[in-house]
This record gives sequence, structure tokens and C-alpha cells, in this order.
Amino acid sequence: MKDKSHDPNQMTGAAMIVRALIDHGVQHLFGYPGGAVLPIYDEIFQQSEVEHILVRHEQGAGHAAEGYARSTGKPGVVLVTSGPGATNMVTALTDALMDSIPLVCITGQVPTHLIGNDAFQECDTVGITRPCTKHNWLVRNVNDLAKVLHEAFYVATSGRPGPVVVDVPKDVQFAVGTYHPPRKSDVHISYAPRVKGDAAQIRKAVALLASARRPVIYSGGGVINSGLEASKLLRDLVEFTGFPITSTLMGLGAYPASGKNWLGMLGMHGTYEANMTMHDCDVMLCVGARFDDRITGRTDAFSPGSKKIHIDIDPSSINKNIRVDVPIIGDCGNVLGDLLQAFKAEAKRPDIKAWWQQIAQWRARNSLSYRKNNDIILPQYAIQRLFELTRGKDTYITTEVGQHQMWAAQFYGFEEPHRWMTSGGLGTMGYGLPAAVGVQVAHPDSLVIDIAGDASVQMTIQEMSTAVQYELPIKIFILNNQYMGMVRQWQQLLHGNRLSHSYTEALPDFVKLAEAYGGVGLQVIKPADLDGAIKEMIAIKRPVLFDCRVAALENCFPMIPSGKAHNEMLLPEEATDEATATAFAGGKALV
Amino acid sequence: MNQPASAYFLEERHDPNESHTLSVLVQNEPGVLARVIGLFSGRGYNIESLTVSETESQKHLSRITIVTTGTPMVIEQIKHQLDRMIPVYRVVDMTLSGRSIERELAMVKVRGTGDHRVEALRLADAFRARVIDATTESFVFEITGNTAKINQFIDLMRPLGLVEVSRTGVAAIGRGPEGM
Repeated sequence: MKDKSHDPNQMTGAAMIVRALIDHGVQHLFGYPGGAVLPIYDEIFQQSEVEHILVRHEQGAGHAAEGYARSTGKPGVVLVTSGPGATNMVTALTDALMDSIPLVCITGQVPTHLIGNDAFQECDTVGITRPCTKHNWLVRNVNDLAKVLHEAFYVATSGRPGPVVVDVPKDVQFAVGTYHPPRKSDVHISYAPRVKGDAAQIRKAVALLASARRPVIYSGGGVINSGLEASKLLRDLVEFTGFPITSTLMGLGAYPASGKNWLGMLGMHGTYEANMTMHDCDVMLCVGARFDDRITGRTDAFSPGSKKIHIDIDPSSINKNIRVDVPIIGDCGNVLGDLLQAFKAEAKRPDIKAWWQQIAQWRARNSLSYRKNNDIILPQYAIQRLFELTRGKDTYITTEVGQHQMWAAQFYGFEEPHRWMTSGGLGTMGYGLPAAVGVQVAHPDSLVIDIAGDASVQMTIQEMSTAVQYELPIKIFILNNQYMGMVRQWQQLLHGNRLSHSYTEALPDFVKLAEAYGGVGLQVIKPADLDGAIKEMIAIKRPVLFDCRVAALENCFPMIPSGKAHNEMLLPEEATDEATATAFAGGKALV
Repeated sequence: MNQPASAYFLEERHDPNESHTLSVLVQNEPGVLARVIGLFSGRGYNIESLTVSETESQKHLSRITIVTTGTPMVIEQIKHQLDRMIPVYRVVDMTLSGRSIERELAMVKVRGTGDHRVEALRLADAFRARVIDATTESFVFEITGNTAKINQFIDLMRPLGLVEVSRTGVAAIGRGPEGM
């Protein structure tokens, strides 16, 4: 029998986990220790290749890893304990699943023989996380651990990216077994995502695009996920064809906001020109987006006269909400490359001058306008100033969820992909602050700003402590209106102005709170002081809570009212109480 | 369109429902059935019938047969959603292929005496059901066939003293020499 005592691949399960992280190039790990992961933490203590970032709540670890992943294109890695550690991760896992963010989450589990016994800090982690992960595994044998870990990284990062969970009982962490480096046979042979698009479908798409008179490109987060090359190809395609382009919330930055063909974001709070272009187009090219309900409005009236081409790596995205004419399954970058090549070789660019003239008329409506105010800071103005004063800097923006998020999407111009981290699908309040922590860990010298609301930010405010501990100079720019603004907006529009529990009567003093955490607090009330304070914030190389007091009752427009189509938008100057009451079906009396 | 005040677009869809039989070849590993069932309950799909068993033990393959109903768009979604699961090898729509055989097995317990008992036996013979248990006042019949045939048999047994039924659910296979 071979003597295994000197075999370098013989090691404990805990050591395998750290070894696998190193083999997959993981430099940062977000986590929180606990009983069922102590052997892994012991291994982490004894090495220096993987840096562990200690958060204050497991949800924070999840969102930090999401921010890390979204801003780098690499998987975010999380380590949490069994029971509450795992259940606290559920929100972040679901968030990552909805937004296709690659996360590898390792959870501790009670020892194998106690599973099912209602042991201390036991929960059915694989059962609970099955619907909120792309895949998950419970590893009962240490000799399966290496294979599962390697497969986990592959599944998380390939195809349509997503979160995965590897649940490792404590006895498996202690047990000694054989490790092997990543190899192809680690992956289920049943899992083979399609990358290259069908050539015949691509030719059909080119023929449609070439014959278009009123085309539009509608891109989404899939382009960002596909990598920098996909964004470059998208820009090349827009440049070559001269087509107008809009994007979903998740896709901002793939095409630059300063680009001449940019229509702004589309959807419920998108621009008038983007939504009208979508509604009246004759050929739509959807790249890496999924016709989400915030995008389409009323589906039976969605872009009724158009032929639709849909590029997506996930076949289940095709025909889910909207029937399309030419589906192309494949990776956005790969398909865009083939499509552009075919277009250049086979087809002439259509003449769409008249279409641009029409779009110019829609643009002239200036749907993002708002009235100026010298006495109180309007939230739109605050974002505009933040954008102007950070323009040209190496900036990453995260957000929480609500009105501030929509204003950030409308008024902050993104020039590059991977610069915008927001919770789109799940709409997780409390995402932005920990996400900023993760982004700053990945980009220590960059300017990382969480555009926040006063309600959202309190959901994960404890991660200020993490930022202080690791000297991460994140800037939390709070648009403070004392309301859950988006909740209130819906109550005003749809529930007779009965503002049920959307006002926060007691808010912390954010300046003192920042100081209590060891950060810096700033507060601004007057528009005249805003620029100076933003500059001061940027100059401070420590975590900052910026309490920007804004107009309390400002609402987010333009807007597609519920049950309406893209061409029935409510524009800001038209959003009088009466017009709003009429626009919203059901005819609720509004104040 | 009138709808209650809501942040969501509330639409009623009026496409007619269709019934489809899907054969799903999966890696036989812990939790795989829970994944499939969870997909159906989580996304609000219907399961009319579900059968599962390992079919190739050396390759650890199991075959799941699901009878489901939904609009054509929903059926298409179900197939894609199943297909993108990591341990799923293949999903075949047996209904769409149009060349499949569907069978299920039922055991039907009937209690009665006299004319009812004779009539039950006569009908069982006509349906090619076998008697697999008998007492002086009861029979258990074993019957195989498609779902409609079994439903019809059970309906006929009801007035004759039907006690209970145990059914396997539908198993399906394609006609001709090719595998799925």
C-alpha cells in the first residue's frame, strides 16, 4: 500500500476548501465565523493568500460579494456558518440569482450524523437555498469535496452566471481525503451552456435589421456579464448601424451615456424617447435582457408593430414574457461578434434618417426635466451635481432600492460597464452599502459611492463598521427625505394618498452615527452648499455618511402607470394630481 | 383596461390550456426530484401526474415522466426551465413528438356480492384487468392502459362497490427504434 502520509494532496476538508479557493484565483473572501465553519476559519488563519473580510451580518457578506463580482467580472466568494448564517444569506443569494451574479457561497453544516436531528444551528440549507441558487450541493464525503468545489466555480461563472451553495458538514471539514486540482470531469456532463449562436438565425437577424426603417437596440445586464468584449462589440454595432440604443437598469454602461445614439434607460421610469422608440419600432434587437415586467409595461400592448430578435444565453428567457420572431441562444459577446461580421459582409445599412427625426421630437419633450429650486435640494439635482463633480474620476456607483435608485439611473451617466451596481430583479433595500464595501475591496484606490435612501441604508448600516475596520473609504450619499419615497409615491398614486407607514418619524442623526462607527459624517441642507460638500466628501479618504436633505415630497417621473403601454407615459410636467388620477386605472381619488 | 391599484400589471391570459407529457432524463443524485418538483410549485406550473425511477443504474440515470397542463407559452417555459437544471440531460415533449405510447398501472379494490360481484368480474375481463387479490366479498384488479381507459374502468367500478384505487401515474416511451 502506498504511504499517503507525505502525499501533498492528502488534507482535511477544511484545507481543501482553502486550497480550492487559491486554485480558482480567489483573493478575497467575505464571511462571518461560527461553530460549523471553525475548521475552515482555522485554515484561513494559517495562510496569507486569501484575504478574509469580516462583515457584520451574513447578508452584508452576500451583497459585498455581489458588488465585488459585478465590478470585477470575477465570482464573489462567501463563507458563512450553518443555520442562521445560511438563512441570512438567502436574500443575497436570491438577489444574485435574479441579477445573474456569480457567487460561490460555502456554508458550514452540523456534522453528518446530526443532520435531520434538529441540532443546534441546524437548518436544511440545500432545501432552503434550492430555489434561490443556480445549483447547490451537500457534501457528505470528503473525497467528493474537491470535485464539488471545482464544479461550483464552473457553474457559478459559466453560461448565465448565478449563485451556488456548497454545504459542508463539520465532520467532512475535519476528515482527511484526497484533493485534486480543477479538471474538466468535475462538471456534470448534462451541463453544457450554449455559447455560439446559430448561424442561420444570425443571418435571419441581419436580414431583418438591414430591412428596418425604425430599428432599436435594447440591451441588458447580459452584455455586462458577457465581459468587456461584449460591450465593445455592442458599441461597434451601434456605430456601424447608426441605430438608436436603450438599455435596462442592469445594462447601464455597456453603451456610454454620452454616446450620440443613446436614448437613456427604458421601462417604468425610463425616458419618454426610449419608451416611444420601443413602442413604435419595426425591428427590435434585444441583447442580454429578459423583457422584465418593469420594462414591458402592459405586455399585450408592448411594441405591437415590431419584429423582435432576442439574443440570450438562457433558453428559458426566450418567449417567457414576450413572443419573439428570431431567438438566438448564445453568449452576447460571441453572438454580437458573429452578427456584426455578417452584417458587414452581407447587408447594407438601412436609411433611418426619418426615424431619427421622429426620435428627436420625442427627445425634445425633455422627459427628465424638473423645476429648479434655490431653497431646497431636489434629489434629481443632487444626483446631477454628484455626477458632474465625479465626472472623469475612477468612480463606481452602487445603490439601494427606491426613488433614489431610479434617479441615479436617470441622472448619473455611465460611460463604462461594471461601474454600476444595483439590485434590479429582487429590488433589495440594503444592497448598496455592503455592495460598496465589496467594490472598494476589489478597487481600493477608486471612488466608490453608494447612492442611498434614508430608509434603505438603515437595513445594512452595520457594514459601516466593516468599512472602517478595513479602511475602505466608501461614500454613502443619502438622499434623505424621511420617507420610503417609492412606497409613498405608489400610495399617493394608487392608494388615495393614505401614507400608511411610509414615513420614518425617528431617524438617526447620520452625522453622529458616522462618527460613532469611526467614519465621517456630513450634512447638507441648502442647494448652495451642495457642491462644496460633495467635493469635501470626495477628498476624505475614509468612510463617509453624507446626509443630503432633499425635498421630502418629490416623486419620480416620467412613469408608465400600471396597466399602461409604453406610449402612455406620464411626463413630469403633466403629472398634475388630476392627470395622475386619470392615468392610473381604477380612478382612485388622489389628493 | 381596468385593474385594481397595483404596482404590477395584472393581466388575465385566455390562451387555452393543453396537456403535455414530458420525459426528463436526469442524473440520479440526492435532491434531483425535489429540484424538479420545486420548479413546478415555485413557478406555479401544474403537475397532473409524475412518475420517477432509476432506469440505467450503471450511469445513475433516472427517467421522470411528467404530465402537465398549461398554455403553449407556459409549456415551452416548463421545458426550458427543466432543461437548464444542472443534473438534467434531456427533456422530450412526448405529446409534441406525436409518436409516443403512454401507460399507467392501477390497482382497483372493489367490494360487493351477488350481481355486482359478477358484473365487476365481467367488466374486468372486458378491460383485460387481472384479479390479483380476492376474498369472498372483494377483488383487487390490476389494470394497465392509458389514462382514459383507467378512468373509464374506475368509473364503471364506482356503482359496483369501488373501495379505493392506487395508480402509478403515467410512464411514456417513444415508438420506433430510436431512444430519447
